[in-house]
Amino acid sequence: MVRPDTYREVRAHLAGLSDEQLEARFWELAREVVRPLIELARTHTSPSIERSVLMRMGVDSVTTKAVVAECVSRGLLAHGAGHVVLVCMREWGCDAPEAARRLAAGEGWEVPEAKWGNGR
Amino acid sequence: MSPEQDDRRFGGPLHDPPLSPDEKIDVEALLEGLEHYRPRRRGWTWRRRVPRQRLHEFEYHETSEPLARGVPLPAARYFEGIDPQPDCVITTEIASGRPEDDVRRMRMAAWHGADHIMVIRTAGQSHMDGLIEGTPEGVGGTAVTRKQGRFTRRALDLIEDEVGRPIDFHSYVSGVAGPEIAVMFAEEGVNGAHQDPQYNVLYRNINMYRSFVDAAEAKRVMAHVGMLQIDGAHNANATAVRAWKVMPELLVQHAINCAYSEAVGMPRDLIALSTVPPDAPPAPCVRMDLPYAIALRDLFGGFRMRAQQNTRYMESDMREATVSHVLNMLISRLTSADIQSTITPDEGRNVPWHYNNVAAVDTAKQALVGMDGLREMVRVDRDSPELAARVRELKERAVLFLEAMLRDGGYFAAVEQAYFVDSGEYPETNDDGIVRTSDGGVAAGTIVRRADDYLAPVCAHFGENHLELLGLVDGHKPCDAIGGCTLCDDAKVPYVDELDPEDNAAVRLSATRELRQRGLLTPEVEWTGDGIVVVTMFLPASEPVAKAAALELGRVMNLQGCEGIHSRVMHPAEGTLIELKGRLDAVVDPAVLTVPVQVEALSDDEIRAFVRERRVRAIAATVGEDEHSVGMREIIDIKHGGLEKWGFSVTYLGTSVPVDKVLDAAIEHAADVVLISTIITHADVHRENMRKLADLAVEKGVRDRLLLIAGGTQVTDAMARACGLDAGFGRGTHGHEVASFIVRALQEREPSG
Repeated sequence: MVRPDTYREVRAHLAGLSDEQLEARFWELAREVVRPLIELARTHTSPSIERSVLMRMGVDSVTTKAVVAECVSRGLLAHGAGHVVLVCMREWGCDAPEAARRLAAGEGWEVPEAKWGNGR
Repeated sequence: MSPEQDDRRFGGPLHDPPLSPDEKIDVEALLEGLEHYRPRRRGWTWRRRVPRQRLHEFEYHETSEPLARGVPLPAARYFEGIDPQPDCVITTEIASGRPEDDVRRMRMAAWHGADHIMVIRTAGQSHMDGLIEGTPEGVGGTAVTRKQGRFTRRALDLIEDEVGRPIDFHSYVSGVAGPEIAVMFAEEGVNGAHQDPQYNVLYRNINMYRSFVDAAEAKRVMAHVGMLQIDGAHNANATAVRAWKVMPELLVQHAINCAYSEAVGMPRDLIALSTVPPDAPPAPCVRMDLPYAIALRDLFGGFRMRAQQNTRYMESDMREATVSHVLNMLISRLTSADIQSTITPDEGRNVPWHYNNVAAVDTAKQALVGMDGLREMVRVDRDSPELAARVRELKERAVLFLEAMLRDGGYFAAVEQAYFVDSGEYPETNDDGIVRTSDGGVAAGTIVRRADDYLAPVCAHFGENHLELLGLVDGHKPCDAIGGCTLCDDAKVPYVDELDPEDNAAVRLSATRELRQRGLLTPEVEWTGDGIVVVTMFLPASEPVAKAAALELGRVMNLQGCEGIHSRVMHPAEGTLIELKGRLDAVVDPAVLTVPVQVEALSDDEIRAFVRERRVRAIAATVGEDEHSVGMREIIDIKHGGLEKWGFSVTYLGTSVPVDKVLDAAIEHAADVVLISTIITHADVHRENMRKLADLAVEKGVRDRLLLIAGGTQVTDAMARACGLDAGFGRGTHGHEVASFIVRALQEREPSG
């Protein structure tokens, strides 16, 4: 949409604000703009977030890719890839990198499947 | 490095031998054993300001602790070589595509005053869904990987010890792998990063939902380790057709990223706004950009200011780019800057070259130190009607922008409606903004709603996380369920080496190994052995003819792959300045060169003791038809740190003194030393004068008891000796060197025992 500069016409409601009030309004609006964005982030995850969780569990990048890709295709991402690995490491009595390594090799997916079913 | 900067919680580094200022950094050694290297600290470090710092005869009001080693500005030789460091951090962007060459340039830049090293990523990295590993060669930037980060941080540890100031290492937490990059950076001691989901959306066309969801996690990780964040708003300046029209939008973009970051838990003092004065001459840029800079700082109190250099209007003219940069820094000094960024002046012509990083850092240091304390005397007049009205107007326009966004459905809807990077000054629009759809872009449809039992058993995680499922006792960290995460237990950080056996640093280094091992020299601008040289020439021809002629002349000079990189019309008919680059396929072995030996200067005390005991007397004069006395005064006057400082008794006869009069005076005063200063003439008068002095001294039978020394801007030691004198000193000589020479020479003449 092409619109001429209507600044003079549309600023009337701001004219009476002091500088402090104007600045406060600026931040109030900015926080209002980001509120739904933060809510989206709070309630959603992504393959990159889940890989970053596995990284923090000590898993190398190549293995995180394989595990998260499999979680996506099995519909398990919503539970957390870290959760999937945690369940397996407890089941197998091993650490996270070892559990992730087995999952990346295609082994042991029956463990998360038993808990959450197969979303494929 | 002080103890508090050496954070032992995160494991000790390898103990590499310190760098020697006389030796090159050993990149091959630093690539070895990286699996054992751990960074010695995390998070950002600011310069330590020194209020009312005294250096030489001056007091500074906006400087920081000096460097232990560095290269001062050229004019520093008039001021005892001082190298005052401005109060703000100075950034340089180094990314040649080869990390092994990047670190050599980082060392050079650090010596000139850079302490924030930014590595630009290789083209396409932001669209890679996951980390890349190893050291593949980058294009237009460097592949940012764990190995590259570890190698670079390891080299920077050595470099910061060498210069005696912490160096912040920085790159980008953006693209589709933001959270992973953030974790890798946190683990590898990267100190700062760009993070702004709007950048992904607008300039990288990454799906907007994915960008914001990922950004929250990435920011949380960055905040956890105290990494400094820089936003991406400056890209609107660099993209908009009329950059001066996007100011209200810039305020909005900064606000969205700041509010989002704070909501995620990032402290305000780790959030830096990347702000660029939007305009450049011939626009009256300072008057246009100052109100914007002030409106921004009014609105964003408590946040950090990263003053970036304008690149929107950068052409191939390095002089023009440098002047624009200095005008940008005038605004930094009149308002404020916590970080002063630099862009190399050659960015308008090619990927940055070594010495242009240094040039930009020097420009920043020179301008900021030159304007030290300016605000105390020259203050922005907030009551100026034009300024006050414009500051207010920009804030109101930004508020109108935010109001409209909310009215039209919020941020995502606004992006779909092309709100951003429109060339109209809001509320004016020209319908040329960037449009992105919420279901489009790279990685669209990849976010997933978290289930009721969503769990991530690690620290620094953002959002819903059903930690109650872990049954942790109060006071325990989420990662206690897995025995610690990499952010708490550094020993858990994995290392991945090369994945590509051909495309890596070791293979590239083997191609240039002979140059390094035999110490062979070939010119370079970017990579070891690239052979690139630049020839500057004026051709008395029109621009098109001059350009073609320059290419032909380059071929005659035996340069390969010649390319004009700059031309500037001096006059349409009278001539054109051309800068031509080409590759010189030639190598020099320094072993076959005759390199003048640099004599180490004696200490002040040694010189003073000898001069006092021997009562050394000197006669000095400017000879021939020469009225210049400046150079000679530098060498003899006590106030310039000249010979008198050590107790030499010097009689200065003045300018245009005939050579025989100089010698007569030397005999009359029973002098030990004769100093003559001479300028270089086309007629070779300088050589005649030197020869005449030597010959007359022999004739009068006093040659053996006199040290005969000549000086002048183009005098060389070899030239003076060839004319029968004892020494010659050229441009850049200090009194200390002359004093050291005299004392050594007189000591040698003394009968031993």
